[in-house]
Amino acid sequence: MSDTDTIDAVLERHRRDGTRLVQILRETQEQLGWLAPATLTHIAAAIGWPRAEVSGTASFYSFFHTRPRGRYCVLWSDNITDRMLGNGELIDAMCKKLWLEPGRVSEDGLVSVNTTSCTGMGDQGPALLVNYRAVTGMSQARLGEMVGLIRSEVPVAEWPADWFAVADNIRRKDILLAHDLAPGQALAAALERGPEQTLAEIKDARLRGRGGAGFATGLKWEACRNAPGSGSNPAHYVVCNADEGEPGTFKDRVLLTSCADLVFEGMSIAGLVVGAKKGLLYLRGEYRYLLEPLELALAARRSAGLLGGNILDSDFEFDIEIHLGAGAYICGEESALIESLEGKPGRPRIRPPFPVTRGYLDQPTTVNNVETLAAACLIATHGAAWYAQHGTEKSTGTKLLSVSGDCERPGIYEYPYGVTVRQVLEDCGASDSQAVQISGPSGVCVAEDEFSRRIAFEDLPTAGAFMIFDETRDMFEVARNFAHFFAHESCGFCTPCRVGTTLVRNMMDKIAQSHGSPYDIDELFKLHRLMQGASHCGLGNSACNPVFDTLNKFRPAYERRLKSLDYEPAFDLDAALSQARQMTGRDDAAAHLQNGGEA
Amino acid sequence: MNAPMSATPPLAKKLRVATTSLAGCFGCHMSLLDIDERILKLLELVEFDRSPLTDIKHCGPCDLGLIEGGLCNAENVHVLREFRSHCKILVAVGACAINGGLPAQRNHLDLRDVLEEVYQTEYLTSHGGIPNDPELPLPLNKVHPIHEVVKVDYFLPGCPPPADAIWKLLTDLLAGRTPTLGHGLLHYD
Amino acid sequence: MNIFQLDGEDIPFRAGQTVMQAATRHGVYIPHLCWHPDFAAHGSCKLCTVKVNGRFGSACTLEAQPGMNVENRTTELDDKRRTMLQMFFVEGNHFCPSCEKSGNCALQATAYELKMMSPHFDMFYPDRPVDASHPDVLLDFNRCIMCSLCVTASREVDGKHVFAMGGRGILGRRIHINSESGKLADTDFALTDRAASICPVGVILEKRRGFAVPIGERKYDKSPISAQVKEKAP
Repeated sequence: MSDTDTIDAVLERHRRDGTRLVQILRETQEQLGWLAPATLTHIAAAIGWPRAEVSGTASFYSFFHTRPRGRYCVLWSDNITDRMLGNGELIDAMCKKLWLEPGRVSEDGLVSVNTTSCTGMGDQGPALLVNYRAVTGMSQARLGEMVGLIRSEVPVAEWPADWFAVADNIRRKDILLAHDLAPGQALAAALERGPEQTLAEIKDARLRGRGGAGFATGLKWEACRNAPGSGSNPAHYVVCNADEGEPGTFKDRVLLTSCADLVFEGMSIAGLVVGAKKGLLYLRGEYRYLLEPLELALAARRSAGLLGGNILDSDFEFDIEIHLGAGAYICGEESALIESLEGKPGRPRIRPPFPVTRGYLDQPTTVNNVETLAAACLIATHGAAWYAQHGTEKSTGTKLLSVSGDCERPGIYEYPYGVTVRQVLEDCGASDSQAVQISGPSGVCVAEDEFSRRIAFEDLPTAGAFMIFDETRDMFEVARNFAHFFAHESCGFCTPCRVGTTLVRNMMDKIAQSHGSPYDIDELFKLHRLMQGASHCGLGNSACNPVFDTLNKFRPAYERRLKSLDYEPAFDLDAALSQARQMTGRDDAAAHLQNGGEA
Repeated sequence: MNAPMSATPPLAKKLRVATTSLAGCFGCHMSLLDIDERILKLLELVEFDRSPLTDIKHCGPCDLGLIEGGLCNAENVHVLREFRSHCKILVAVGACAINGGLPAQRNHLDLRDVLEEVYQTEYLTSHGGIPNDPELPLPLNKVHPIHEVVKVDYFLPGCPPPADAIWKLLTDLLAGRTPTLGHGLLHYD
Repeated sequence: MNIFQLDGEDIPFRAGQTVMQAATRHGVYIPHLCWHPDFAAHGSCKLCTVKVNGRFGSACTLEAQPGMNVENRTTELDDKRRTMLQMFFVEGNHFCPSCEKSGNCALQATAYELKMMSPHFDMFYPDRPVDASHPDVLLDFNRCIMCSLCVTASREVDGKHVFAMGGRGILGRRIHINSESGKLADTDFALTDRAASICPVGVILEKRRGFAVPIGERKYDKSPISAQVKEKAP
């Protein structure tokens, strides 16, 4: 099959529909290895889009390659928890064994080794992606074997299967993970009750979004339901946000592995309530390995009469399609996610209008988190009163926590809302903890004197991440890792976030290299104040949170790195003469500069 | 009760001023001279320390230092540090001091390629190779504005800053006012 | 007539107008770079950040409401704006003395208005190649502020889609040209396009035309950008 035939087959499968561009690009790349200029031209012509827009999309996503990549593309998950498990030494060792510089494709085009944002395996790192397949539990031994397989060009499909095993590690179950619902049970209850009454139950249960923001699910569904569709194809849509990109979060992965039916059923119930016939599940590219099992689960539901037309012999019609992301944290923001579903770069939209009135294809759309939709099944089955018994007055139900970092038993813990940080630490076997990063880098860093605070919307709201740092950890390095994350993931649309995240990253690196001064710390505070108010979306608004929190709670971690109390140069002065020294062969005293604080 | 206002002027002695040009073209200094006859008035108020106008080689304790030009070599860094350690107030004067200016337009080139092109390419006349005399200051990998190396108190943009802008800055500073530039005096070109 | 308050001044507006549209029409300047009266708001530069009832928002996307109390030229907001201007000046290569757009440049004029004396931060000095392939037009991306006005003008006025914003983040985000080579010469771009004259900074420049108006006599040399909004108001 020629490349053109391959591309055409992909295009046919997607009906040459430009709004499916991200899927078209992903499938094309899976088969051809990369997206060559001619490939993009061909695709643009087929979908009738300007070529510049196709290349604009292709260049937005980290997992798309518009330049040739190695036949083996190794991407190490680089969250702080991977670092704590020693991924740095493993990356160095791998590069050394392969005679590679990180980020460069080897000259024979065989392999490249680089880092990527958290791959959602925080409880079983160090983790990596090899040709976008997830590998967990890396060790020196496994590394040696892997390098051997790469050198002898053994196809990834033939690598040891246990390398690709992903454990659920469910450590504590409550009403959601311990559910005993049969497929279709919750949906039958919802159909029995009807959309209005089901909506009323969701509202009475006071269900709030589990993705972090905590918006009332009932209000969202109601607004979507009440908004009229428009244009030539009026419709309503349900979108399940499975773009679980917040570093340290992996509970959606577990739900989609162990409770996929519950998630799909929650989407169907949402569809019933808002009047949608179609649901889309946006799965992060890092979870590519879940695509086939999820497609199988969908097929099973179709043959069981739980998806498609006349669902459970009613006139309700609903089906679900899975879209894969391609390495962009920003797509977890609901309007950016919708842009991506439409084939565009994941750039958050100007709001209002909100997705509930103008979302996917400009139609009313409800975007809900995986866990929220699963929880909706419990409410549909058992009713609002039963559900609201769990948790607290303002935070009903339970929350899945993705516990990782310094503890004996990392994994998934489900608690009724209101559990204290200390309780979770005890249950997972954490000792000598100095801090917990709640809800990931964009969340809150709580120190030991705050461990009696509670996981709840009224105290510590969370999307699920619970990263533990014991007293041996350097909280400055934690914040620096997060600063790098945000600089990498900023979409670049608005000025304060595009430039600010890079300035913050550079200042943190400067302090890390012992070139910092109190001036730099003042600058970090100033950037925090600017970015928090002026950024276009939540990413920029929260990008300085980890720096701000650690500066307030762990300031000595910064101070002991400061060079002096005086103003310090922005760069290493002596290193700035390196090229001239190399070219002139000089090494006399005048061929060196003292750095600041030493003069 | 407020203390009675002093009748004596606040400045009993002349301010000591140093100036220098680092990686600059002396255009800012030329613009300083463009204040014309006001320079006589200036000389009543200030005395010059190290400056191209005095030929004093090293800066002593000063009230005010004016720096033209950015940092393109090791000597620029030494001079800048000498100024910073001796001047109570340091002013970056002109585009090059403020953002590297024209010399910084080499920054997208690798310095090694630049040296090779200039000193080792056939069609150019210098066949002596890349100069390595210890007397010569080594160039920095990149050109930098001065605020990346020392704390700068005030900035006076322009290429060059207009004479009136320089005058305004100096008279503001001499009078103890925070310098401000209105429309027409604040220019980047 | 509906009224809202901008720094204590009454601003009349029609339903559906944004704060920016109403203020501009009334001759009141709100600093901005990516907004243009002929096009829908882009909302990316964030220079028009104002404060309404204690909350920050972009004046270009914020719909005016009766009785709204909007803060605009306060010390707090102008400080933030100056910082964002400094961000522009360090992320690109803005060497005004050698730029043909100097004096006619909205970025520069806005920086004058906000009294930006230096870029303050450490310079990024990015490597952004110029595109001189087109016979009549030079593209110097060193000065791009990612306002997308050329994208919008080419799409909506010229019907050509010559430009698109692509890529991600500080390193990736840039203008993509609508040709496989990525060169402007391989597109149907023409000097007569609206997109050829929309650039607020010095990216899109006509070739073989320089210094037709001397430095010192150009648009923003004559009066500050804020005064020109006042002069133009009906």
